[in-house]
Amino acid sequence: MDAKRSWSRRRLLASAAALPILAATAVALGRSISGELPWSPFAGDPPTPVNPMGWYFFNADEAAMVEAMVDRLIPADDLTPGGKDCGCAVFIDRQLAGSFGKGDRSYWAGPFLPGLPTQGYQGKLAPAARYRLALGALNRHVNETRKTDFVKLAADDQTAVLKGLEDGSIALALAPGFGGRDFFSLLLQNTMEGFFADPLYGGNRDMASWKMLGFPGARYDYRDHIDKYNQPYPLGPVSIYTMES
Amino acid sequence: MARMMPKKDAVIIGLGWTGAILAEQLTAAGLNVVAIERGPWRDTATDFNIGYMQDELRYAVRKDLFLHAATEAMTMRNNPGQTALPMRDYGSFLPGHGVGGAGVHWNGKTWRFQDTDFEIHSHLRHRYGARKLRGLQLQDWGVTWKEIEHCFDAFEYVAGISGKAGNINGVIQEGGNPFESPRSREFPNPPLKTGYPPMLFEQVTREMGYHPFPEPSANCSRPYVNPLGVAMGECTYCGFCERFGCANYSKASAQTTILPVLMARPNFEARTECEVLKVNLSEDGKMARSVTYIDAKGTECEQPGDMVLICAYGLMNVRMMLLSGIGTQYDPLTGKGTVGRNYCYQTSCGARIMLEGKRLNPFIASGAMGRTIHDFQGDVFDHSHLDFVGGAGISCDSTNGRPILYRPLPEGAPRWGAGWKQAAVEGYQNSMGIGSQGSSYPVKENYLDLDPTYTDRHGRPLLRITFEFPDNDIAMSNYMADQLETIAKAFNPKSYAVSRTRKDWNSVPYQSTHNTGGAIMGENPRTSAVNKYLQSWDVPNVFVIGASAFAHNAGMNPTGTVGALAYWAAEAITTKYIKRPGALVHA
Repeated sequence: MDAKRSWSRRRLLASAAALPILAATAVALGRSISGELPWSPFAGDPPTPVNPMGWYFFNADEAAMVEAMVDRLIPADDLTPGGKDCGCAVFIDRQLAGSFGKGDRSYWAGPFLPGLPTQGYQGKLAPAARYRLALGALNRHVNETRKTDFVKLAADDQTAVLKGLEDGSIALALAPGFGGRDFFSLLLQNTMEGFFADPLYGGNRDMASWKMLGFPGARYDYRDHIDKYNQPYPLGPVSIYTMES
Repeated sequence: MARMMPKKDAVIIGLGWTGAILAEQLTAAGLNVVAIERGPWRDTATDFNIGYMQDELRYAVRKDLFLHAATEAMTMRNNPGQTALPMRDYGSFLPGHGVGGAGVHWNGKTWRFQDTDFEIHSHLRHRYGARKLRGLQLQDWGVTWKEIEHCFDAFEYVAGISGKAGNINGVIQEGGNPFESPRSREFPNPPLKTGYPPMLFEQVTREMGYHPFPEPSANCSRPYVNPLGVAMGECTYCGFCERFGCANYSKASAQTTILPVLMARPNFEARTECEVLKVNLSEDGKMARSVTYIDAKGTECEQPGDMVLICAYGLMNVRMMLLSGIGTQYDPLTGKGTVGRNYCYQTSCGARIMLEGKRLNPFIASGAMGRTIHDFQGDVFDHSHLDFVGGAGISCDSTNGRPILYRPLPEGAPRWGAGWKQAAVEGYQNSMGIGSQGSSYPVKENYLDLDPTYTDRHGRPLLRITFEFPDNDIAMSNYMADQLETIAKAFNPKSYAVSRTRKDWNSVPYQSTHNTGGAIMGENPRTSAVNKYLQSWDVPNVFVIGASAFAHNAGMNPTGTVGALAYWAAEAITTKYIKRPGALVHA
């Protein structure tokens, strides 16, 4: 009940903060500034915390696959809960549903030519489309080779499949410039992003990874500890998310 | 038809470090100035907000404040035999975007290049003979240390640099860099405190007989009011410098040092979210009349001015000249033409040292609180029996412990799955890096031009980068990797690993946003695009200001020298050019 109330309060804060941004942007279009430092209240652009309920990009099958994968990449042990319980699959889902998944910040003009390794990704697919293609192809590969779905494999067998992607022994021909190894790299990168990012993005629940490393998160002031060499930092982590509540 | 705007004395393209410095100096001299900036207005309270600036995913990984390739991409290849393709996301280097430019999200290391850098060709030829320089396109910059020293001083006092002088008017100072060229006075602020890893580096290198000193830092060590009357705050060692704006008003940027004064001046106007497409020249091509830009609503506008100052990121300066027909494209086959010549980068290598049972607390950090030795910088050491020229700063920087991107693992440890977490915890508190930031010397094949195929959202050709690490620089970097290895061993580490510079410059992993050259300054209009005052040889009412003017890159971060060149050009404009407009140097 408490959690629910604080959640809706956060949402309210986030949506209230969004209003002045719109107003400021409308004024700001190609503006001329002279004679003063421009400033208006609430003209910032704070992040909106992820709502952890449901899936925004993955369908149910994809979500189950990714939940299993992040648990293999980050297994539960005495250091932290597993990747799934830390929210890594939710994190990836929200990232793929948003600007990152659409590739809004990338250059997408043609012609699309095969590139050299030094030239980076030269395919046409944004990250969300890469996930959709790879998850489907991987499950079909498991269907063909092991007569079952990826999510129904034993944990050790799932790990073996991921290792096969990583070392290239499971070669999925997905799209120009994008194979099974590339998908594994993307998956590992996004899983670790979710595990170590601020919890507001849906992963790193309870700051589990920060507690594990001893990273104090968003504290932003270490003047009292800068010259205390070789001594543990005494305070636990804080997140932007908890600072807002 | 473009919408015609009222004429100004000076039109500045880009409002980052150099644009802000030029605007401040020119408006102080009474000129009417407009700065036209492609990106948004940005300021500390609103855009580098202390409530959410410490967001690694948003700012460091998704690169919120940077230029995105969707806005302007570039193409790259390693040699002219390859087909250049667009970098569909920026990786190896990360240009800035918006007011403040790349000066918003830098680490703050604020070096002065050495006196020998400005006369590098003369110096090295005199010491080693011309044969030593074969294959390199090194040339003097046209300005000397004695002429420009006061401009370094001006930048350092405006930016509130924290450091310890090593040489004041020829007298070596205890605790500073004994190899720096003579400066006229002490830094405005004392050095930052430093974290544990740089302190260990200082102890080890001092015992080895080297000369460690605190890096000059644009992150302020104490509250400071600069000569313009702008106040800066004390650095809190928050560990969110590079890739972030500073929420503490501690890191020098246009926002924290110049804009509060500049914006209040009635003879200055900033026009944001307006992208300059080109500089328009007179019929004979010898004078700039105006610039054409597109505002955020898509309206094409023309802004006339008596002077045009191109103050964008160095690479964009070169592109703007090429798109506008200012100067002639450099041709690597014939050596003719000057725009695009002597593009250089940075040649770096590193070592990772694994200790045991430590609490290094890597998150307690500032972008420039490290310790450095310059015993192998530039031509400080004798190259007579070495197969290269050039040098490097060797540092322990320890700039952050942000865990998405900073997760050093012991050698051979798993990257995921069983056993990975234990290795990550051990690496986080016990691993430290040392690095060599090496010079990048020009060769005829490394250059910039316009891409024949790929265009931006306005249909203009993208800039094309042709770059490979020259053999000279690889040899230099290998020599530095050997030094790193010797230093790493002196830590008596549990283990260490050295990573060397390899051929085939890769545009994907981040390396350095120190792209230099392409519109270089010099003594001769056949081999330089701008004269010693950064004035175009071809269109004398155009000045091109930034790291684009570097005739080579040294083993140091460029911003200190960029700031000095900006004050140097501003002085030439306000004391010479406006009294008698025209070429300041006659070839």
